[in-house]
Amino acid sequence: MCLAVPGKILEISETVSGRVARVQFGGITRPVQLDFVPEATVGDYVVTHVGFAISRVDEEEAARTHQMLEAMGLLESEL
Amino acid sequence: MKYIDEYRDERLARSLVAELRRRVTRPWVLMEICGGHTHTLMRYGIDELVPPEITLVHGPGCPVCVTPLEIIDKAIRIASRPEVTFVSYGDMLRVPGSSSDLFRVKAAGGDVRIAYSPMEALRIARANPHRPVVFFGIGFETTAPANGAAVWKARQEGLKNFSMLVSHVLVPPAIRLLLASPGNRVQGFIAPGHVCTVMGYRQYEQMSQESRVPFVVAGFEPIDLLEAITMLVAQLEEGRAVVENQYVRSVTREGNQPAQRIMEEVFEITDRKWRGVGMIPESGLRLRREFAEFDAEKVFRVEECTAEEPAECISALVLQGLKKPVECPAFGVRCTPDSPLGALMVSAEGACAAYYHYRRHSVPV
Repeated sequence: MCLAVPGKILEISETVSGRVARVQFGGITRPVQLDFVPEATVGDYVVTHVGFAISRVDEEEAARTHQMLEAMGLLESEL
Repeated sequence: MKYIDEYRDERLARSLVAELRRRVTRPWVLMEICGGHTHTLMRYGIDELVPPEITLVHGPGCPVCVTPLEIIDKAIRIASRPEVTFVSYGDMLRVPGSSSDLFRVKAAGGDVRIAYSPMEALRIARANPHRPVVFFGIGFETTAPANGAAVWKARQEGLKNFSMLVSHVLVPPAIRLLLASPGNRVQGFIAPGHVCTVMGYRQYEQMSQESRVPFVVAGFEPIDLLEAITMLVAQLEEGRAVVENQYVRSVTREGNQPAQRIMEEVFEITDRKWRGVGMIPESGLRLRREFAEFDAEKVFRVEECTAEEPAECISALVLQGLKKPVECPAFGVRCTPDSPLGALMVSAEGACAAYYHYRRHSVPV
């Protein structure tokens, strides 16, 4: 139930239910409500849960974590 | 897939496990609260990868598992009405009520439909203005904003045939209860990453300080959990007890403000019974009075009913981290996903289901 997956916003449209994005998850696309991430734009990655985006993936933070982990990985292979 | 594959990288996993082995000097008991975390841990064998000094116990963070029996019975009562279209997340269909379940109602001809979003229930309501459409609104804080938004939109559109059967639960009161319990042996918590995406993690700071217990907010991929466990062990070994955030790509301290605002507008806090745990004061959400016309309990006047669990089910003990599913005499024998005795065997996030799918071989014969 807390399953939420990151997907890429391909396009955004205004509908009767508000701002809806077409989001790509691997091989499929689904409509996702953007009520909670009004700042999201095309090309952003959003974490979505039960048809709503709940956060915009912070690319900088994601890169930082990744770099840290990579540094650890490299260190490990040198030992 | 971006933001998923990197967090399943095998080399990173190995270096994190090595780091853990370097850090750990004594036994530690850690609890992951969220059912989604339980499943990742089991599926990737993380509980077996970490050094033996680290014990992982599973918490009550499975909303399907803790939905009270009475609510299931109410859902069944409403769904059994021939004029009603009852829409629910798929998980809930096989959760046993006192004498039936939603799947059986569907099998008997009831109009029970599975949806992955409350927006689908709204669509069904719009398309069928002469049928009452009811959505089964369960979940933690992760799901509450979506359910709240659906009700809010229904009111805005003036939908006359939509209502929600609400049974939301909140994580912090359950953690507080666990911490206060005399039998508690949990020394560190892996905090739920998507609950915290919505709510932030301020709520855990006071708890962490008062109980001198560290919390680390974690994502759901195996690297996320390994990193979070490493961060927890580092705190414990150094004698620190603060709230840290591993899931920085999605979680901030303040959380998602628009989501919190809709929750505040549509719901209010209420006492809530947790299946297997009992009544926890101020641990749930219900619809505010202004939204009464969208409250299925009021619309269908389902009276209070008491219900009893099958005697063999030890869900209560598993939810509190006191027993593992494999220690249950009925596990895999009289209780399987096809014929579950309790909710933990049904839910995609239930600990018993996780063990059944990934760890059945370890049941002593």
